[in-house]
Amino acid sequence: MNIIVCIKQVPSVTNVQIDPKTGRLKRDGVESVINPFDEYAIEEGVRIREKVGGKVIVITMGPPQAESALREALSRGADEAFLISDRTFGGADTLATSYTLSSAIKFIGNYDIIICGKQASDGNTAQVGPGVAEMLNIPHVAYVRKIELLSDKSIRVERIMEDGYDLIESPFPTLLTVVKEINNPRIPSLRSKMFSKKAFIRILDAATIGVDAKKIGLNGSPTQVMKIFTPPQRNCGEKFSGDAKDIAVALVRRLSELGIV
Amino acid sequence: MVMDYMLSEEEQMIVETARTIALEKMKPLREYYDEKEEFPWDIVKEFAKADLFATYIPEEYGGFGKGVMGLVLVVEELCKVDGAISLSLAATALGAFPILIAGNEEQKKKYLPDIALGKKIAAFGLTESGAGSDATGMTTTAIKDGDYYILNGAKCFITNGGDAETYTIFAKTNHSRGARGISCFILEKGDIGFSFGKKEKKMGIKASSTRELIFNNCKIHRCRLLGREGQGLMIAQTTLDNSRPGVAAQALGIATGALNEAVNYARKRVQFGQPIASFQAIQHMLAEMATEIEAARALLYASARMIDSGKVKRTSKESAMAKLFCSEVAMKVTINAVQIFGGYGYTKEYPVEKMMRDAKITTLYEGTSQIQKNEIALNLIKEYVTKSKL
Repeated sequence: MNIIVCIKQVPSVTNVQIDPKTGRLKRDGVESVINPFDEYAIEEGVRIREKVGGKVIVITMGPPQAESALREALSRGADEAFLISDRTFGGADTLATSYTLSSAIKFIGNYDIIICGKQASDGNTAQVGPGVAEMLNIPHVAYVRKIELLSDKSIRVERIMEDGYDLIESPFPTLLTVVKEINNPRIPSLRSKMFSKKAFIRILDAATIGVDAKKIGLNGSPTQVMKIFTPPQRNCGEKFSGDAKDIAVALVRRLSELGIV
Repeated sequence: MVMDYMLSEEEQMIVETARTIALEKMKPLREYYDEKEEFPWDIVKEFAKADLFATYIPEEYGGFGKGVMGLVLVVEELCKVDGAISLSLAATALGAFPILIAGNEEQKKKYLPDIALGKKIAAFGLTESGAGSDATGMTTTAIKDGDYYILNGAKCFITNGGDAETYTIFAKTNHSRGARGISCFILEKGDIGFSFGKKEKKMGIKASSTRELIFNNCKIHRCRLLGREGQGLMIAQTTLDNSRPGVAAQALGIATGALNEAVNYARKRVQFGQPIASFQAIQHMLAEMATEIEAARALLYASARMIDSGKVKRTSKESAMAKLFCSEVAMKVTINAVQIFGGYGYTKEYPVEKMMRDAKITTLYEGTSQIQKNEIALNLIKEYVTKSKL
C-alpha cells in the first residue's frame, strides 16, 4: 500500500494575524509548524502502513524552509519526503496549489491512498484536498473519522456529518481528508527523530514535475481576496425553561413544527 | 533561560523527547502513582516507545552511544516533572552498568539490547541489611559447585526489585579474601531459588519499588559471572563512578522542577496587596536557588563529559562531587520551595511537598553525602601524593 500524505507548514499561532491592506496572512517572525490537522493525516498513513506494509510518502509545497515540516513528518513515521518548491509556485491560491500538488503526485506516481488534513489552520479553506482529487480525476471523501481497509482494492470510511456520519466505500486510488477524531498522533521517538535529521529530501521544481506555467503561482491563481471577516457565530440551539411538564409540551410542539416528530 | 552547555543536536533531541514524554505522559499521573505506590508500567512503556532507555547504551547493543551524558540528560529532564517514576529508568541504568563495564561479548549481546529497547528493566543488588556504606561487610555467598555457583543470602533496599527482569548481584565467592573475595553475577527473574521479600514503605519516591531480594540455594551457571571471580568490588565501584551522575541528574531535575513551581507561585500569590515575588525576602531565596542549580548543572555536565571522554581511568572524585553537590542543592532548593509556598506548600494540593520528599533520597542512596565526601577526600589526597612523588 503506497500512501501519499500532503502537508502544509503553517504559523504556530491560534490567532493568525492578517495584513489589513493585502488581506494576506502575516508570516514574519512566527514559528512554523505542521498544520495540526495534517498530523492526524500522517499518523493515519503510518498506521495503515504498519498494518499492511508499503510506504508513506509525505509531500509539501512551500519555500525551502518548509523542509523542517517534512523532517518533522519523517520523525512521526513517514518513510520518504518530497519538497515541491520553485520560485514560480509563490503566491498560489487553492486552485494553483491543487494543480501543483496533483502534478507532483502524478510525477511521483504509484499511489493507492492520498491523505490530507481536513483544512489548514491558517487559511482554513478545506479546498486543496478535494481540489487535488478532482485534478487527478480520482474519488475523494472529506471529513473522514475512521478508515477501514476492505481489500487491497477498496476502503470503507466514516465521514462526519452534522447529524451523524456517512459510511462510504471507495475504490483505490482515492483521496481522504481527515478530522482530528480519527486518531491520537504519536510522540516521535528518539530513533525516528535522529533518522529524520539525516534523511534525504528531494526537491521537485517546476521543470521536474512538468507544470503548465500559466496554471501555477500567482499567474494561475484567479482568487482575489476582497475582504476578510469573522463569520457570525451560529446559534447553539434553543433553550426551554419552566417546569418539567411545560418544557415537555413546548419541546414536542417545536419538534413537530420542525417535522421531526 | 537555559545556559549554553554546547549540547550537540542529538543531545538536544534527547532533551526534547524526554520533555515531551514527561509533560504529556508523566505529569497527568504523578499524583496517582505517588498515592497508590504502584509500579508505573504504563509510563515505562512510553519511555520504551520513545527510546529513552537506549541513550547511554552503545550502538552495537541497540543504543545511541551517548554515554553518561545521554543518561544524565534524560534523567534530569524527566525528574523536572517527577523524580520517582523516572527512577524505573535511572535504576535500570545502574543495573546495566556492571554488564557494560565487565560483561563479555556474549553477556552484552544477551542482555543489553532488551534493556535498550525497554523490554526488560534492570536492578543492582549490592546493599544488605548489615552492609550499607560498608559493602565489604556483605554476607551473601556464591559458592562454586562445578560449572555452577550457589547463592545464599539477602539483599535489601533494591530499587526496581521484583519488577526488574535482569539483576546484577554481588556476593562473596571467597570469604577469606575480604574485599577481593566479592564477585558479580547476572540473575534473572525466575531463577530457581531467587525470590522477593517485602516491599518498603518510604518517605518519597513512592512510585519506585524498593524490595528485598532473597537467594535460597539459588543455582546459576558460571556463564552468569561478570568479569572474573574477585573483581566484584571493582565492578561495583566503577559502576558507581558511572551511575552517581545519574543520581545527581535526578536531584538536579527535582530541584529545577521545584524552582519552576516556586517562581510561578511567587508571581501569582498576592499578599499585602502585591505578588510575593516583589518582596526581596522571596527574591533572594529564588536567586540563591537558581544560582545553586546552575552551578550544580555545570558541575554535573562537566563530570559526565569527563567520564565519557574516556581519558581518565577512574572518575570517582568527579562523580562523587557531582552527586554530593546536586543532591544537597536539591534538598535545600525543595525545602525553600515549600517555604515560598507557605502553608500551601505543605499540602498535597501542590507538587512541592512531594518534590521535597523525593529529593531526600538523593543524599542517601548510591552512597550518602558523607560517603561522597570520603570518596572525594581520599582521591584528592591520593592525587597530591602522586604529584609530590613526581
